[in-house]
Amino acid sequence: MDEIKKGVSRRGVLKGGTALAAGLAAPTFFMRHAFGADFRNNPGDSSSVTFGFNVPQTGAYADEGADELRAYKLAIKHINGEGDGGLLNTMQPLSLKGDGILGKKAAYVTGDTQTKSDAARASAKRMIEKDGVIMYSGGSSSGVAIAQQSLAQEMGIVFMNGLTHSNDTTGKDKRRYGFRHFFNAYMSGAALGPVLEAEMGKERSAYHLTADYTWGWTQEESIKNTTEGLGWQTANAVKTPLGAGDFSQYITPVLNSGADVLILNHYGKDMINSLTQAVQFGLRDKQVNGKDFQIVVPLYSRLMAQGAGENIKGIFGTTNWNWSLQDAGSQAFVKSFGQEYGFPPSQAAHTCYVQTLLYANACQMAGTFYPPEVIKALEGFEFDGMGNGKTLYRAEDHQCFKDVLVVKGNDNPSSQFDLLEVVQEVPRSQVEYDASIFGGELGPYEA
Amino acid sequence: MTVFAGSVKTDRLWGLILSDVLTGSLGVFAADLTNAFFGWSVMDTLALQLLNGLDKGGAYALIALGLTLIFGTLGVVNFAHGALFMLGAFCAVSVQKLLTISVKVKDESITFFEAYKEVPYLETWFGETGTVIIDYSVPISILLAIPVMLVIGLAMERGLIQRFYKRTHAEQILVTFGLAIVIQELVKANFGANPIPTPAPEIVAGSASIGDWLGLGSAVVYPWWRLIYLAFAAVVILGVFSFLQFTTFGMVVRAGMQDRETVGLLGIDIQRRFSVVFGLAAVVAGLAGVMYTPILPPDYHMGMDFLVLSFVVVVVGGMGSLGGAVAAGFLLGILQSFASMNEVKSILPGIDQIIIYLVAVVILLVRPRGLLGRKGVMEN
Repeated sequence: MDEIKKGVSRRGVLKGGTALAAGLAAPTFFMRHAFGADFRNNPGDSSSVTFGFNVPQTGAYADEGADELRAYKLAIKHINGEGDGGLLNTMQPLSLKGDGILGKKAAYVTGDTQTKSDAARASAKRMIEKDGVIMYSGGSSSGVAIAQQSLAQEMGIVFMNGLTHSNDTTGKDKRRYGFRHFFNAYMSGAALGPVLEAEMGKERSAYHLTADYTWGWTQEESIKNTTEGLGWQTANAVKTPLGAGDFSQYITPVLNSGADVLILNHYGKDMINSLTQAVQFGLRDKQVNGKDFQIVVPLYSRLMAQGAGENIKGIFGTTNWNWSLQDAGSQAFVKSFGQEYGFPPSQAAHTCYVQTLLYANACQMAGTFYPPEVIKALEGFEFDGMGNGKTLYRAEDHQCFKDVLVVKGNDNPSSQFDLLEVVQEVPRSQVEYDASIFGGELGPYEA
Repeated sequence: MTVFAGSVKTDRLWGLILSDVLTGSLGVFAADLTNAFFGWSVMDTLALQLLNGLDKGGAYALIALGLTLIFGTLGVVNFAHGALFMLGAFCAVSVQKLLTISVKVKDESITFFEAYKEVPYLETWFGETGTVIIDYSVPISILLAIPVMLVIGLAMERGLIQRFYKRTHAEQILVTFGLAIVIQELVKANFGANPIPTPAPEIVAGSASIGDWLGLGSAVVYPWWRLIYLAFAAVVILGVFSFLQFTTFGMVVRAGMQDRETVGLLGIDIQRRFSVVFGLAAVVAGLAGVMYTPILPPDYHMGMDFLVLSFVVVVVGGMGSLGGAVAAGFLLGILQSFASMNEVKSILPGIDQIIIYLVAVVILLVRPRGLLGRKGVMEN
């Protein structure tokens, strides 16, 4: 019996439907690994993409955290084509067009790290799982940064480090999903060494007071390596508890140690307190071994320097960036930030702003938000026009290499912001090192 | 003994001892003799660490004294007491800001934001005298801190804490801790989170050559302001004790601390006196804060840093015991300083960070009521 069916058969619909579905799915199927259709917090068809800014909003670093947050908000504005464009006007090479990222508007959520590793991880996890962030960023403590970086690798979400200066961040604790634009303790030592030699000579005896956590340890090691390389003796190196407040019991042994230089491997409130108290103990007026006693603060922050008042005058250290730099990138950022908020940005604000732009630009370059492709776009990326001269994001350890500033507390500030005088812009070549010296493994691209 | 090894230093030392004996200078002889046995640097270090401990202990004792006064009289565990210390410090900051209200000279080379150099009006109007007044802002701020802290203390007690007298200690802790956080955040909103430099007057900004005074050598120096703080703490502690011991008001308060009901039955409004004691405790904490600002540039969180240690001091001293609080404050301060000596840390690494809690555990095991604790206080 011939049965002639006219019109649309059920089989035909199924066949056609299958063919159509296969055809539509083909680009994503064949290019799945390139465009990462299936990855955590894929923005998909959403008109926006969300970043997480996890900074200290409470605790001793709250002011620095607030400045970081200002910079992040400014970066979001510029990425979305609002404001004066900031560093989008100077960054080279630039893929961003000032209309968002890959056609999506950038949005953000914020969190409070409280400068505590567990609180920072909890906040970051909330951002990733609840807010669906595609990238998160923040800073002000290396311990906190390393904790967040590990989480980033576990969760498959890129973490762009803010202010973290420990060698471990891009050394033994480096992660494929973590990137650092800020300089590190090794670079501080390498930049500071020649200046210390020129200012203080080769025959010195140094006493270290060191914050007892990852950043302090690596900074002490790097500065010791540098000063001992100059021929200096190390009289002693003493660990001090984080947030000790009163450092008198650690400063008094310095008086009789025979040391003629005190190196304060302290940051933030610890630096303010230990420096203030060291000056009160008369160390800066002292003569030891026939030389003027000197104090060195290897990592400076203008925000923190305010807290130490007059005590910072003439004291040497290093900093990642300073608002007084005259290159086009620095000036563009200072102009945008200054006009927006009425005061100059801190080095923490600068690194956070740059990190946000670099991530966004990498997505644009990769043509996807798929993390392994974004990571590959960042690895080995060389850029200019962001302050600090030509900069390389080294692929081997995700550490940026750029010029480092040696500064000293300004003896005669021209304004309330003019606290640090740039003594020398140390070229990138002088602070470079072999990535293998600090060990560590980046880990896989696929989280 | 290695000190007799015949080094030039040791020979010189024995020469000094001989000369001390010959000249009859017993004090210097004792110092030189101890140096001979323990070595120069150990004696220097011990003397300096003792001073550090007394200094630190002075701060602990002042805060703990106020805490104990409040607990002993009102029975309230006041977790906002650290905030009172911090408010005192910010009285000094406020006075400094007031005295340095300035004319702003704009830096014309900066165009992206307002940058200026500040010239205080006091200096413009009064020249050198103005500079001196600004220089003395911390001592001047004591004059402001006394009435301000008294008012804050009374307002805190009358406005909030009195409503919790009949509540459990847990509820009192929760409400006072909450109050401390509110105060902290208010200060942070007004002054920022960064520490604010509040230097001592120039004349006492440096160090005193205590080594020369004690016959320990000119290398041994100690900051003038810390010595002043130590003397100040002693005066305040003695003042509070004298007030309680030698005035009628103090006698009634002490009687109230022993047996509140009986004092009430005698027709004395003990509650009103206890409120004044709360104000007094606030003043003591505030003054401790004012005087501590040159040592520790104040920030909104400084009270909380001291509070935990001060509670340990109160418990070790014995709940409700004023003498115990003072003794424990100095004892723990001194132990903390000695535990930080490199010689001690080389034997017991990290001991400086746990010594206070370790001693607290031992004392509470041996004397569960603390050093001078009274039976029946916080035991029901």
